[in-house]
Amino acid sequence: MSSRKYARTACAAALAALSFGAQAQISGGSVKIGVLTDLSGTYSDLAGSGAILATRMAIDDFIANEKPSFKIEVVTADHQNKADIASNKAREWIERENVDTVTELVTTSTALAVMKVAKEKDRVVIMNGPASTPITNEQCNDVSVHYTYDTYALANGTAKAVTTQGGKSWFFLTADYAFGHALEKDSSAVVTANGGKVLGAVRHPFPGSDFSSFLLKAQSSGAQVIGLANAGADTTNAIKQAAEFGVTPKQSLAGLLMFITDVHALGLKPTQGMFLTTGFYWDRTEETRAWSKRFFDKQKKMPTMVQAGQYSSIYHYLKAVKAAGSDDTSKVMAAMKKTPINDFFAKNGQIRDDGRMVHDMYLVQVKKPADSKYPWDYYTIKATIPAAEAFQPLAQSRCPLIKK
Amino acid sequence: MEIFGISTALLGSQLLVGLINGSFYAILSLGLAIIFGLLNIINFCHGAQYMMGAFVAWIALTRFGINYWVALIAAPLIVGVVGVLIERLMLRRLYKLDHLYGLLLTFGLALIFEGIFRDQFGISGESYEVPELLSGGVNLGFMFLPIYRGWVIIASLTVCFGTWYMIERTKLGAYLRAGTENSAMVQALGINVPLLITFTYGYGVALAAFAGVLAAPIFQVNPLMGSNLIIVVFAVVVIGGMGSIMGSILTGLGLGLIEGLTRVFYPEASSVVVFVIMVIVLLLRPAGLFGKS
Repeated sequence: MSSRKYARTACAAALAALSFGAQAQISGGSVKIGVLTDLSGTYSDLAGSGAILATRMAIDDFIANEKPSFKIEVVTADHQNKADIASNKAREWIERENVDTVTELVTTSTALAVMKVAKEKDRVVIMNGPASTPITNEQCNDVSVHYTYDTYALANGTAKAVTTQGGKSWFFLTADYAFGHALEKDSSAVVTANGGKVLGAVRHPFPGSDFSSFLLKAQSSGAQVIGLANAGADTTNAIKQAAEFGVTPKQSLAGLLMFITDVHALGLKPTQGMFLTTGFYWDRTEETRAWSKRFFDKQKKMPTMVQAGQYSSIYHYLKAVKAAGSDDTSKVMAAMKKTPINDFFAKNGQIRDDGRMVHDMYLVQVKKPADSKYPWDYYTIKATIPAAEAFQPLAQSRCPLIKK
Repeated sequence: MEIFGISTALLGSQLLVGLINGSFYAILSLGLAIIFGLLNIINFCHGAQYMMGAFVAWIALTRFGINYWVALIAAPLIVGVVGVLIERLMLRRLYKLDHLYGLLLTFGLALIFEGIFRDQFGISGESYEVPELLSGGVNLGFMFLPIYRGWVIIASLTVCFGTWYMIERTKLGAYLRAGTENSAMVQALGINVPLLITFTYGYGVALAAFAGVLAAPIFQVNPLMGSNLIIVVFAVVVIGGMGSIMGSILTGLGLGLIEGLTRVFYPEASSVVVFVIMVIVLLLRPAGLFGKS
C-alpha cells in the first residue's frame, strides 16, 4: 500500500469511526425535543407559542454556535392544562416517536403527570411554566429539572420585600385550588417570619371573573396589604376591580405570581407601584435586551420569564447532550447538573440533586405611567435576590433523593 | 351592627354588588329567553356574542378612536348584523329539525368565534378604560360605589324593561308572539313572519353585545369572557322558565343577590349556588319559576 493510499484509507476509517461513534450514541440519529404546553387556554400567552419559538431559537443558535454532529428535531402539542392529555401525549411521543425530552409543561398538574411517565420510561423532563414546590420536594425524581421559578421563590421575593418595607398586616385573596393554597401557605410563612401578621384570607372559585365581593371583604379587614394568591386572568381582574372600588391605593396589592404579559394586558395605571418577583426581565442587561429583541421581532411581545427560561434550558440540555456524546437520560442529567449555566438568563445557575435550577431572582416594582419611556418599559429592578436566598435550601428539602 | 358575625355595612355592599351582577345575568338571560321563546333555538353562542360586543367596543376605541357612548349603540348593531347573517344563512335551515341541532350549531359557532379572537388577540385580555364621565365613585357610608357600576344597573334595567314592554305591550310584540303561536295564520294576514324571526334573533344577539360593551370597562376584554359566564346564564334561564321574558329578568336579578350573599357567608360555594338552586327548582317546578307548565 502506497503511503498516499494508506493515508487515504486511514482517514476514511477514522471518519467512519467518528461518525459511527456519534451516531451510535444518539438514539435514532437525532435528538428529539417535545414541547408540551398550553396553546389555547389561560396560560397560552405566558408560555404557549412563545415557548415554542424560544425552543426553536435555542436549537438554531445551538446549531450555529456548537456545530453538533447530531440532528435536532422538535415536536409540539397543546396539553390544554389537563393532566390526562399531557401524560397520554408524553407517552405517545416517547413510545412511538422516540422523544428524548418533554419540556415546558405549564400548570402543576400536567407537570406532575408527565414526570411520572418520564420516570417510568427513563426520559428527561424540563419544566419552565409550572410553579408549585412539590415538583422538587415530595414528588421529585432523578429525571426532572424544574428550571425557571417556583412558589417558594415568589413568596420569598415579594412577600418578604413588602413585609420588611412596612406592609405588616396581610389579607389573602386566594384561588381555591392546589396552586393558590400553596402560594398562600408559602407567603403566610414568609410574612410571619418577617414580623408581619396575617389577618385572614378569602378563597375565591377558580376561575373567577367578578372579584368585587371578595375585594370588599379584604377591604373591610383593614389589612395594609392584600396578597393575590392567584394567577392569570384572576389576578388581572382582581387588580382592575380593586382600583375601581377604591381599595387601592389606600391598601396596597401584592401580586404573588404575575408575568409581564399580565402587566401589559392591564396597563400601568392600575398596576403602578406593585411589587413582584421574576426570574427574568427583558430590559435588565445588554444581553437580555439583545435576546428579547430577537424574540420580539417574531412574537410581537416581549418574553416572559417562562419563555426566556425555555430557551436557556433547551440550550443547556443540548450542550449536555453534546458533552455527554449521548442522549442517554442518566448521562445527560449528569452533564446538565455538572455544568453551571451562564447565559443571558442566568449567571452561575446550577441544577441541584433535587432537580431545582437555582439562579438569581429579581424583585421589581411596576413603573408609574409617567416613568415609562418606551414600549414594554414596565419595571424598575429593586433588588437582586441571590440564588442561595431565592430558593428553598436543600437542608429543608423533602425530596427523597436528598440524603440527610 | 352585625348579623351572624357579618357587619351590616359589608352585607349591604355585598347585596349591591350582587344586584350589579344580577343585572348582567338579567340582560344576558333576557336575550336567550327571547331567542328560545320565539325561535325555539337554544343559542349557545350567546356568550361568544357578548364577548364580540366587548371586543368591537375595544377595537373601535383603540383602532378608530370611537368612544364608549358611540360604541354602546354601534357595537350591538354590528354584532346584531352578524346575528342576522347567522340566522339567514344557517339557523333558518334548522327550524324544522329537533332543537338539539340548533344547540349544536350555535355551540360550534361559539368555539369558532372564540378561536378566531384568541388567535388574533391572545388570551391575557385587553384593557378598556371606564369613560371619563362615569369614572370615580361615591361613598354611600357603608361602601364605596363606583359610579360606573351604578350606571350598569340603570342601563341594563332600562333595556330589560324596555324590551319587556316592547314584546308584551306593543303591536310589534303582539305580531312576534302571534307569529310564534301560529305562523301560518299570521302570514296569511300579510305579516312577514320570516323577517320577524330574523329581527328577533338579531335583537337577542344585540342584547348580548350590549351587555358585552357594559362589561368591557369592568372585566378585561378577553376571548373567554363569554364562556365563563354562559353556563350560569343558562342556569338562570332554566330557573326562570325557558322562554319567559319577565322570568329571566327577575330571576337574573334574584340570583345575583343570592350569589352575593353566598360570597359573604360561604365564598367557596358561590360558584355552585346557582346550580344548587337550579336542581331544586327543576325538581319542584320542572317548567321553571315563571314557565308555563
